[in-house]
Amino acid sequence: MSDETQAEPGLIAYEYADGSVGFPGHHLGLDGEEPVGTIDLREETATIVTWTTSTATPPGVREPNHLAIVEFELEDVDTPVRALGQLTTGDVESGDPVRPVYAEELRDPNTGIKAGSAQAWDGYRFEPLE
Amino acid sequence: METDRVAIIGASMTNFGQREAWIRDLLAEAGIACLEDSGVEPEAIDHCYVSNMSSGEFEGQGGIMNMLAHDLGLLPAYTQRVDQTSSSGGAGIYAAWQSIASGASEMTLLVGGEKMTHRTTGESTDIIASITHPDEYKHGVTLPSFAGMTARHYLERFDAPRESLAKVAVKNHKNGVDNPHAQFRKEVDLETVLESPIVADPLRLYDFCPITDGSAALLFCPESVAESYTDEYAIVSGIAGATDTHVVHERPDPTVMNGVVESGQAAYELSGYGPDDIDVAELHDMFTILEFLQMEGLGFAAQGTAWELVEDGVTDRDTGRLPINTSGGLKSKGHPLGASGVAQGVEIYEQLTNTAGPRQVDAEVGLCCNVGGFGNCVITTIMEAAQ
Repeated sequence: MSDETQAEPGLIAYEYADGSVGFPGHHLGLDGEEPVGTIDLREETATIVTWTTSTATPPGVREPNHLAIVEFELEDVDTPVRALGQLTTGDVESGDPVRPVYAEELRDPNTGIKAGSAQAWDGYRFEPLE
Repeated sequence: METDRVAIIGASMTNFGQREAWIRDLLAEAGIACLEDSGVEPEAIDHCYVSNMSSGEFEGQGGIMNMLAHDLGLLPAYTQRVDQTSSSGGAGIYAAWQSIASGASEMTLLVGGEKMTHRTTGESTDIIASITHPDEYKHGVTLPSFAGMTARHYLERFDAPRESLAKVAVKNHKNGVDNPHAQFRKEVDLETVLESPIVADPLRLYDFCPITDGSAALLFCPESVAESYTDEYAIVSGIAGATDTHVVHERPDPTVMNGVVESGQAAYELSGYGPDDIDVAELHDMFTILEFLQMEGLGFAAQGTAWELVEDGVTDRDTGRLPINTSGGLKSKGHPLGASGVAQGVEIYEQLTNTAGPRQVDAEVGLCCNVGGFGNCVITTIMEAAQ
């Protein structure tokens, strides 16, 4: 793992006692218990389940905005872990393999209805694998 | 002892569309019309619920339930604002039903409303998108983009033709022509829908409901009280609400809205009716794909086959065995967030009391399904005509 990667926050999925894994985390899982562990998805590859290109975007959001639901198949985890995120390109198909790439700012924090300090605005886009 | 059933004895809705009125006057317009429709005096109201999603965000106006109670001379009636995002109207029906069924109120007025069109499309989209999880919101997710992703998955997985979604829009616009309160009273053809601008591919402009101002109202009381006002009323036979994951991608199957399934099953159980008993339905067609998902979740069609019913004309108003969205739906009638679920109830009430005019179908039992967020919370209501 490079130093640059270590400086980035993780793409963290949460493990629960019932064996389920989910992204993002919740205070309690659907089993009613707190998470028991985490899995960093940064170095994993995923598959596009479905995607869209949004052309009517809110203030502060890039236009067009390519979005996808992707699925991570993890060793020792029965059910694939899904995540939603921006795509680096709209030139994709369902089933394409992708990898997470870090972005410092996914949208302008100071333009939308939410308070800019209310949440983090960095995260991971998904880039098709060559 | 037989339980007194919950009746609806009055209904009204304002014109939906781009209105000069702000939220205060929209709510009052529908509330007064509903009282006049039923012949009930304001001092008879025990409870008053106001369904509204975001008057604070859209207009900067809070406390709208207190405002309405005073404006309509309802004091000292109990009042409460009901927010359940896009299903605020359905949640208002649930609250009103509970107030009567519990005996806490003998006369409950429900008014739902929203003022939206003074905002730009981008601003309105952002206010609505703010209901999403922070990890979704930061990616610029909008409700239409969820619809686009879900529609693509549905079409690919079930090999459904893109045209079948467009036919939902064509059908609902056709129905809306006969609704004097609808935002769009204009038919659209298949070619127009399929060639309209892309909003969230594969969905295009005509796959989406408009941004709308408007208000709607219903009046509830025990059946024993209803009979002293009118012979023409509707009964709330069953109602239930349910939730699904807040984070949309965490659902095991993107084409199943479990809130629809769970609320539908519970409403069927309470009413004693099943999917085959429903004569007319108002479904939450905020996006055309949602009409398919609700038809399947409510048991009108097996998973992945709702599009076939639309292709076969089963849901057509004048010739189908299960007319869906005779009002024009959110698609044509408009979607003033907090009003929409109430307006669904207005349409079913009118169908069951034979007051739907040119939209009238032969119906004894009707259903409305009001979806909040992208299936985050759902209210299903089943009504029947008074016997």
